[in-house]
Amino acid sequence: MSVSAVAQDIVERKACITGIGQSDIGRRLHRDPLELTLDACLAAIEDAGLTTDEIDGLSTYPGISMAPAGFSGAGAVDVHDALRLKLGWCDSGIETSGQLGSVIKACLAVGAGLARHVLCFRSVWEGTAQGKGGRQGIGAEGGSSYRASGPLEWTLPFAAPSAAVWIAMFAQRHFHQYGTTREQLAQIVLNARRNAGVNPKAIYREPMSMDDYFAARMIAEPFCLFDCDVPCDGGTAVVISHVDTARDRKKPVVRIQAVGTALRGRPSWDQFDDLSTMATRDAGAHLWTRTDLKPSDVDLVELYDGFSFLALSWLEALGFCKVGEGGPFIEGGTRIAREGELPLNTHGGQLSAGRLHGYGFLHEACVQLRGEGGERQVPGDPEVAVAAAGGGNTCGCLLLTR
Amino acid sequence: MEQPQPPFRILPRVNERNRHFWTGGERGELCFLRCRSCGTYIHPPTPICPSDHAKDLAPEAVSGRATIASFTINHQPWMPGPELPYVVAIVEIEEDPTVRLTTNIVGCKPSEVYVGMPVEVVFERHGDAEGDVWIPLFRPRGNGK
Repeated sequence: MSVSAVAQDIVERKACITGIGQSDIGRRLHRDPLELTLDACLAAIEDAGLTTDEIDGLSTYPGISMAPAGFSGAGAVDVHDALRLKLGWCDSGIETSGQLGSVIKACLAVGAGLARHVLCFRSVWEGTAQGKGGRQGIGAEGGSSYRASGPLEWTLPFAAPSAAVWIAMFAQRHFHQYGTTREQLAQIVLNARRNAGVNPKAIYREPMSMDDYFAARMIAEPFCLFDCDVPCDGGTAVVISHVDTARDRKKPVVRIQAVGTALRGRPSWDQFDDLSTMATRDAGAHLWTRTDLKPSDVDLVELYDGFSFLALSWLEALGFCKVGEGGPFIEGGTRIAREGELPLNTHGGQLSAGRLHGYGFLHEACVQLRGEGGERQVPGDPEVAVAAAGGGNTCGCLLLTR
Repeated sequence: MEQPQPPFRILPRVNERNRHFWTGGERGELCFLRCRSCGTYIHPPTPICPSDHAKDLAPEAVSGRATIASFTINHQPWMPGPELPYVVAIVEIEEDPTVRLTTNIVGCKPSEVYVGMPVEVVFERHGDAEGDVWIPLFRPRGNGK
């Protein structure tokens, strides 16, 4: 990789990913969510060749959270105590650069010398917690005397309690402005399913055709059921370490070239200045200001697809195509396929592999850069990847190399 | 009006900062906080003007006319609410298109709604032990096809 004159100032480059881990993943596992969380954490620590005694930092998203049901499998305090960690730095919270903001903060902590090895985790148990009653809206569980306040005050009274509805309006605007079609958007979904077919841990692995896609019931137009990710149970963890420790690790480390955290527009679903882009626009552009690498250097991308349109939005935001050209860019699906010029969501994304909420993309990027993808390994020995999470009104992304 | 029996809605918690917005409908008025020194419309309401940081702010009625910036026809029964399918839209108010509202479009078939459609406010009154609120919905304006 080329070394920029400004590399010394890019503090995230002092950090690298030394370990990754994942618990069992399932639609509904009926397991203790803290157990799943700890399974992932211990797997990541083991993968890094470390012990719990050597972990001196802890970071998670969103931390302890009561709603929606199953949104958080454990808070930082739960893991801190269960593993009897001795921490120099600890952080958790939801007001950050999307789900991977917790990883980006860990990079900064390592770069600042507050910790050497930061355990980062995200766990969910939405599958089990929300049961068979269908996916819950945000705030919809409040009961008859409940009244909405805060940001939800402006959406709940209009029976709009889900990001499905909010993001559908961004997609509809994109369709209106640029002529994007459902057939084009479907490629995000079909590509994810093809990749899930060779990921033994994916939730939905049976083949899906364009006809299957168009036969699915509508949720919020233009989104049908398959444009929405699948709630699941599972935990994912990574260890962020100082690069000085890299040579002592069990496996080749994944380096962090740059992060994107900017949010220049209003932090709001409906007041954002351009309804055909999203927060992705700012974080994506920010990433390329911190590296000499270019979009054309990227070998594969793992982009958040909580809803299919978010992945399309990330492709545009990261400059792989111009804003508005995402539809033609993915048309036919060959470009984003595993053997294509820009493989996308090689594990099946959240659409088919399960809503691990951001961390699944980072995990998969590391798997691919290490060459550990097995049947789903991207050919050509990939060296550069982007992992991105979030969208809408908050998000963040990382440029990774090996 | 369109729906003689209003559907169940989760109501907003009214406080001193937002009262003008949620109760202006009692007088048929869509109200926004406005900065008296620079004229900026402020939504959602905040204690200072985001443009010049002045604190001399007062609610002011706008025309109630707006344009649909985007929308979705919602088919998913998230919770008790309007009859399915219903339209959730983002509208831009006539006085300042950077001020937007998430709302429902009523008074027409969902299939008739389009981006750029001119709409006007119509209020739906709700109440419980905490008091009454007037939810601003929008319907097609004139012969705006």
